[in-house]
Order: sequence, then C-alpha cells, then structure tokens
Amino acid sequence: MVTYLSDAGTRAALLDRLLEHVYLSLVPLVVSVVLAIVLGLLCHRFRPVNATLIALSNVLYTIPSLALFAIIPALIGTRVLDPVNVISALTLYTTALLVRPVAEALDAVPSHVTAAATAMGFRPWRRFLTVELPLAVPVLAAGVRVGSVSNISLVSVGALIGTGGLGTLFTDGFQQRYLAPIIVGIVLTLVLALVVDLLLVLLRNRLTPWVLVGKP
Amino acid sequence: MIEFRDVTKRFDDGTTAVNGLDLVVEAGTITVFVGPSGCGKTTSLRMVNRMLDPTSGTILVDGKDVLGVDPPTLRRGIGYVIQQAGLFPHRTVLDNVATVPLLTGWTRRKARARAAELLELVGLPAELGRRYPVQLSGGQQQRVGVARALAADPPVLLMDEPFSAVDPVVREGLQDELLRLQAELDKTIVFVTHDIDEAIRIGDKVAVMRTGGFLAQYAPPAVLLTRPADDFVANFVGKDRGYRSLSFVDSSGVEVAEVATVADGSAFESSPDWRLVVDADKRPQGWVAPDASVVPGGSLYEVGASIRGALDSALSSPSGLGVAVDAEGRLAGVVTARQVLDVIESRRG
Repeated sequence: MVTYLSDAGTRAALLDRLLEHVYLSLVPLVVSVVLAIVLGLLCHRFRPVNATLIALSNVLYTIPSLALFAIIPALIGTRVLDPVNVISALTLYTTALLVRPVAEALDAVPSHVTAAATAMGFRPWRRFLTVELPLAVPVLAAGVRVGSVSNISLVSVGALIGTGGLGTLFTDGFQQRYLAPIIVGIVLTLVLALVVDLLLVLLRNRLTPWVLVGKP
Repeated sequence: MIEFRDVTKRFDDGTTAVNGLDLVVEAGTITVFVGPSGCGKTTSLRMVNRMLDPTSGTILVDGKDVLGVDPPTLRRGIGYVIQQAGLFPHRTVLDNVATVPLLTGWTRRKARARAAELLELVGLPAELGRRYPVQLSGGQQQRVGVARALAADPPVLLMDEPFSAVDPVVREGLQDELLRLQAELDKTIVFVTHDIDEAIRIGDKVAVMRTGGFLAQYAPPAVLLTRPADDFVANFVGKDRGYRSLSFVDSSGVEVAEVATVADGSAFESSPDWRLVVDADKRPQGWVAPDASVVPGGSLYEVGASIRGALDSALSSPSGLGVAVDAEGRLAGVVTARQVLDVIESRRG
C-alpha cells in the first residue's frame, strides 16, 4: 500500500483519475438540474405531460447502467469509448431522478403566494425565476444530493467500458490481483462523495436562508 | 374611481359568477363587497386588476377601460392585499414590502428606504424588516401585506378577505389600523369579506351580493341596517339591526345631567341615592349603592360618540344612569335610557 502510494507517477495518475471522475459525475449533474427544471416546469403547467414524463423516467431508471452505457453509442452515434456516453447516460438517470421532485416542489408553492405575485404585476417568467423556483430549492437540493452520490458511484461502472475515472483503479486491481489500488479507489470515491455532498449542503443553506430561521 | 358597467362573468363550467353588475366605487372611499360564498364578490374584485376578465361589460379605473392596459402594468398601479397575506417566504420582510417598487425599476437602495417608511406607517418596528415572514405573527404578516400593497403609492387598493385568517381581537385591531391609514392616505379601496359586521364597521358604502352574482343592495351601512332592500338583505344583515344601526347616530342631542360623586378611598355611608365613585382625576371607578356597598360600573361612553354607546351605558349601569366621559376619560355627566330613547324618537319624527 505504502509502496503503491510512494510512487510519484502513481500519485499523478491518481489525481488524473480523480479529476476525470469529478468531471464525469458532475457535468451530468449540472446538465440534468437544468433539464429537470425545464421538464418539471412542463409537468407543473401541463397535467398530461406530467403523467407521461413520470412514467417514462420510471422506465428509464430500470435500465441497468452498464447496458445503457453500451446502448448509447448506437443511439447517438458516438464511439464506444467516448466519455460522452457516460455523461449522456448519467444525465438521463439524474434527470429522471429529479423531474418528479421539481414538479412536486413547484406544485407545493402555496397558491396565495403565486396569486399575490401575479397581482403585484410579475410577468410569468419573472415570477417563475424569482418566486416559484427559489421556493422549490429545498426539495430540488434534496434530489440533487441523492443524484450526486448516485452519479459518483455509477461513474465507476463506466470503467468497465473504458471511460476512465476512479473505476479504472478497480479494473486494474482486479486484473493484476493487486489490492492497493482497489482500496485507494474505494476511499477516494467515498471522500469525493462526502465532499461534494458537503458542498451541496453549504450551497443549499446559502440559497435558502429562510428555511433555517424557521427552525429553533 | 372604479366603475362597473353591466359586467357579467361566466366561467367555462357554465356558472355565472357576476350578473350584470352596475356599480360605482367613489374615489377616496372604502367600498365593501359582502355576501355568502358564490355571490361573485371576489370575482368582481379580481376583474378590476385583470386577474380575471369579464365575459361582457366594461370596468373603468379612473375613466380608463382596464381591458386596454397590459395586465402586469395595470397591476403595478393597483395595490392588492390577499387572504393569509401571501408574503414571499424566501424574502425578508423589507424585501417583501419593496417588491412593487423593484418591479417598476427603482434601485434596491431606494426601494428598501421606501419599504422602511411603510413598515413604520403600518406600525411595525424597523428591526422586523430583517426577519422572514415565518418569524412573524399572523397579525404582523397581514400588516406587512398592507405595507407591501401600499409601497408604490397606488391610488386604488384591492383587499380580498385580508383579515379573515386572524383571530377576532387581532382582526378588530387591523380594522382600526386600516381606518386610521385611510384617514391619512385617502385611497380608493375595494374590500371583500363574508363578514357583515366587518363590512358595516369599515365600509363607507357596502354592496350586498347574493348567490348567482346579483347585487342585492348598494348603500351606506346605516341604510342597510335601517332600510334593507328586501328580505335577503334583512336576513343577511342579521339580528339586532335596529340596535346596531344606532352606531351611526351621534349622541350630541343627549343632554347630560350632574350626579353625586364620592372620592375613591373615602368611607361610604348609606344614602337614598346612588353615588358615582371617581378618582383624583375625576375618572369613574364604580358606584356606591344606597346601602353603601360598592358595585362595579357599566360601560362608559364618550360625549358625542354614537348613541348606541349612550344607550348601552344607561342599560348596563347598576344605577340605571349611563356615564358620559370626555376624551380624557373624565366624568362629563350621566344620562338615563329614557332620555336617550326620547332623542332617538325625536330624530325619527
């Protein structure tokens, strides 16, 4: 273990894997937050869209991740080893995960609050961006935290089809029957998940000061 | 001034909420729309700022057809107070009040300065501005709602059952506050409620509506109580309307008489007459009965206030003598119920 970590080349490679992992797991997270807000708004405004999208996202979630990683190149015409495959697949998963909470959070904004906003002269878009969306943040943040952890763990699976990230430590370790990279991979994945979660909590608290004052 | 000209609103499900409403809300007055649920009072209110549009007819605000104005622009010029206040939970009290000035393009600093003035106007301490709505009581939230509606100094204020979610004691305080503000600001206010007592208390004029969207009577409160247009209005106005109508008659015709007084704290003797106990400032404290026992007093009324107070004072007094006080609460004299009734009779003749 100590020998494994003492090599400067290994440490540089580990940092590369870690950065790849961050990139592969967080880009889909950011993209899917935006997508989920748009789709959640559609669900909130148009009831039929709601039923269809929720059903669709449930079905999507049952497809195994490895299968999805393999199907996507055929669907969007990328090369098998392209990191876009993993990013697209995780974006689909995370969006599917977030659409429902976003729609429900928007539905939960009290009608007297939206009516008051309309009556004071907010135009629809401004009302959505400055009243309804901020009020949906607590629920959205809860979904994003689940999504971030799930992405960070799923990116490792991508290593099986050779897209990089910390998962390569597991594939290498198994192939060489060498335990050290596997342990390092597990620890780094855990630490990464915890750090990202902590940052998300800080961001949420920053965005929702009104939620904290309500508690003793 | 707000004018409804033959306004009808029919909803998609076929119900008619408002039926040929013709009504003028005079500038600088409080007009109350009151009626049972389904009478179209809230629908009528919401057509003024185009939260709803009429099926037919015209609504004019200061002579201008509201349908000719883009809704958000129209609404920024009309204050709106909603049931349960409808404050934005994610904004501080100060920023809630600053909402409309910010929408109309004021700088943040100027809008917040204006918001601070308004908090003071509605009687809230400045430090409340930094809190969030969830940290306020229901009554305080409602005051913030009123401050927010007044922030851009709109000439017209729409109030949709603003005080119905607070308890009766707080509600009465808020009603007094509204009347005090109105005396100062002179807005054109349309106020919707289902509570006839509230309507009579605050309205310069009251529009009683009945189910199906018909206007049953549009008159000052005293007229509703003394000359209801039909059985529906009479029933809706409720019990004791003869007595309640005395609230709108002043007591200036009632001559007060002198009464024997004794100083608070002195030793009382028996005497054939009732004597009024007063403190060093001549404020009434109770009565001494002929047998020298001390009895708590009845209600007091201020000279010149409503004759209902004078009559109640006489009826509630253990001695049968109603006690009149001046503005400082000092004894002015006493009246009998007979005297008060004579004045009421003579006014009627």
